[in-house]
Amino acid sequence: MAELSNAPAPSQEALVDIYRRMIRIERNDDAIRKTIRLGRLVMPYYSARGQEVIPATISSLLTDDDKICTIYRGIHDMVAKDMPLRPLWAEIAGRVDGTCKGKGGPMHLTHPETGVMVTTGIVGSSMPIANGLAWAAKLDGSKRVTIAYFGDGASNIGAFHEALNLASVWKLPVIFVCQNNGFAEHTRYENGTSVDFIAKRAIGYGMPGHTVDGNDPLAMYAAAHEAITRAREGEGPTLLECKTFRFLGHVLGDDDKYMTKEEKAAAIAKDPLPAFKAWLVAQGHATEDQLADMQAKIEAEVEDAQEFGLASPLPSVDELRRDVFAQEMPA
Amino acid sequence: MTAKKMNSLQAVNSALAQAMAEDNKVLVLGEDVADREGGGVTGATAGLSTRFGDDRVKSTPISEQAIIGAAIGAALSGYKPVAEIMLMNFTTVAMDMIFNHAAKLRFMSGGQSTVPITIRTLTGAGWQTAGQHADHLEGWFAHTAGIKVVAPSTPADYKGLLLSCIQDPDPCIFIESAGSLFIPGEVDEVATPIPLGKARIVQEGTDITIVSWSSQVLRCQAALPALAEAGISVELVDLRTVSPWDREAVLASVAKTGRALVVHEAVRDFGPGGEIASTIAEELFGQLKAPVRRLGAPKSPVPFAKVLEDAYIVSPERVAEAVKALMA
Repeated sequence: MAELSNAPAPSQEALVDIYRRMIRIERNDDAIRKTIRLGRLVMPYYSARGQEVIPATISSLLTDDDKICTIYRGIHDMVAKDMPLRPLWAEIAGRVDGTCKGKGGPMHLTHPETGVMVTTGIVGSSMPIANGLAWAAKLDGSKRVTIAYFGDGASNIGAFHEALNLASVWKLPVIFVCQNNGFAEHTRYENGTSVDFIAKRAIGYGMPGHTVDGNDPLAMYAAAHEAITRAREGEGPTLLECKTFRFLGHVLGDDDKYMTKEEKAAAIAKDPLPAFKAWLVAQGHATEDQLADMQAKIEAEVEDAQEFGLASPLPSVDELRRDVFAQEMPA
Repeated sequence: MTAKKMNSLQAVNSALAQAMAEDNKVLVLGEDVADREGGGVTGATAGLSTRFGDDRVKSTPISEQAIIGAAIGAALSGYKPVAEIMLMNFTTVAMDMIFNHAAKLRFMSGGQSTVPITIRTLTGAGWQTAGQHADHLEGWFAHTAGIKVVAPSTPADYKGLLLSCIQDPDPCIFIESAGSLFIPGEVDEVATPIPLGKARIVQEGTDITIVSWSSQVLRCQAALPALAEAGISVELVDLRTVSPWDREAVLASVAKTGRALVVHEAVRDFGPGGEIASTIAEELFGQLKAPVRRLGAPKSPVPFAKVLEDAYIVSPERVAEAVKALMA
């Protein structure tokens, strides 16, 4: 784990809380994949296995009042933000008790109570909307912040550039968090991106930009703490490039032909989850028993959510006429 | 109530000022909208930032995606932003934000998200601005589930309908059109919102119904004296809202007259007139005395040369000819 001199060190409680969020993401992801493979869930799934540290660490520094906008590979961001799992499962199963009554699905969950405001299936589109949420916070005189999550591929779409420029000119309390997993869909980073580090692009927009090891909770904590504090204090936006790796390709079931077996194996060998767990125990921040107990509780939560979601009723076809406009459309 | 003579551009300014004074959640953003930048390229937002502050009236970079994105985010937080996209052709570079997000977030969130934004945008042939500054694209938006499309023709309607758009819980595209922008009319200083989705009968008649909206209403109106002289009694319906459109008023009118002509400035092929004409045909098939006709622009980009631009727009003469042909 990296040691950063200038940043406040996370408390023991914060470290264990980061791990709790990570294991909650991973256990939930594992259950989703198993359920898809059993044929009990039919959905496109963009697993974020391997990217848990980023939202787990960031969310440990947020409140329910703080907002996030995320993307189709974003269930880890929502789980990290403590979205309840029952409506999450009902939504990915397309059921009425889902966060969106089954009308959004796995790429579009929304849960304002926990600050999950928009989940977009369009690469890059989390950022312009995050600006508006941040603008509202500023108008309200509130100290809440907004996180815009996106991938490395999104840094090449116009929305990124427009959004960063506006956020900087308006000094908005927003943090642009790029989860750089090395691949834009199937295209290797260097074959699609003009700079060696996305964080360098922050210079062009007059804001701080940092490249962080996104698999290192301590490094992530330090960088996120600085960016979030800066936003809360009214000093404007930050671009964080968090380097990571996705273990399960672009979409569940793709064959990863665009990466080598060696690099994938090397990344999985450095899986941040067991590494962080071992570190927490070795440093005396938690005991094996304590973490096993935490995991068991999370597994029970996931199992309960899965049962709830799959048992929830299917939506009525009348839903096609509802929520298109505020007023229900006539039959 | 005090009425004042003003043109439609001034009516827009008046509506924005009224809405901002009545509700401090109303915001204005767009390119050059603040007074530091001259209060908008047309002056539509002049005086607003001075009166309501730079926090509520914000000039933006030339970044249409960022403008609509900021409006959506603020709307999700309880504000009522009025975003100006200077010209309707520029909505094309913000279509992801408008089409995939503003229009759909309510449905895709199962009703949790509400995006009460208004997008004001100017367009229309007549100013020789050619093919990238003058298209009437209301059909694109009317085809989109989740967006309301408003296209007024008179100063009073510009004001009353804009007030309704701002208060409406759904995203609205408010189309300001070159051919009607500087025509004066009486407008209430403190106006009452005009409900969306309700047509206005410009002239009552018994022989034929003309359905139109936006500046094209004025060109249809200009054809009325000649038609009256020819002994044809025309009912002219100004739709005012293209989506949702007032089916009830249109069908009632055509049920009475038995003939219908739909006229719009937008390109005729695959245009919104097709939807209206086919609805009339479906609902009133047995009662029609003639086929439903449509007039619109040719399938051509808006041209520059005046002679071409004049030919592109459906003139009052062409409206009169089409009416006479239907009466023959």
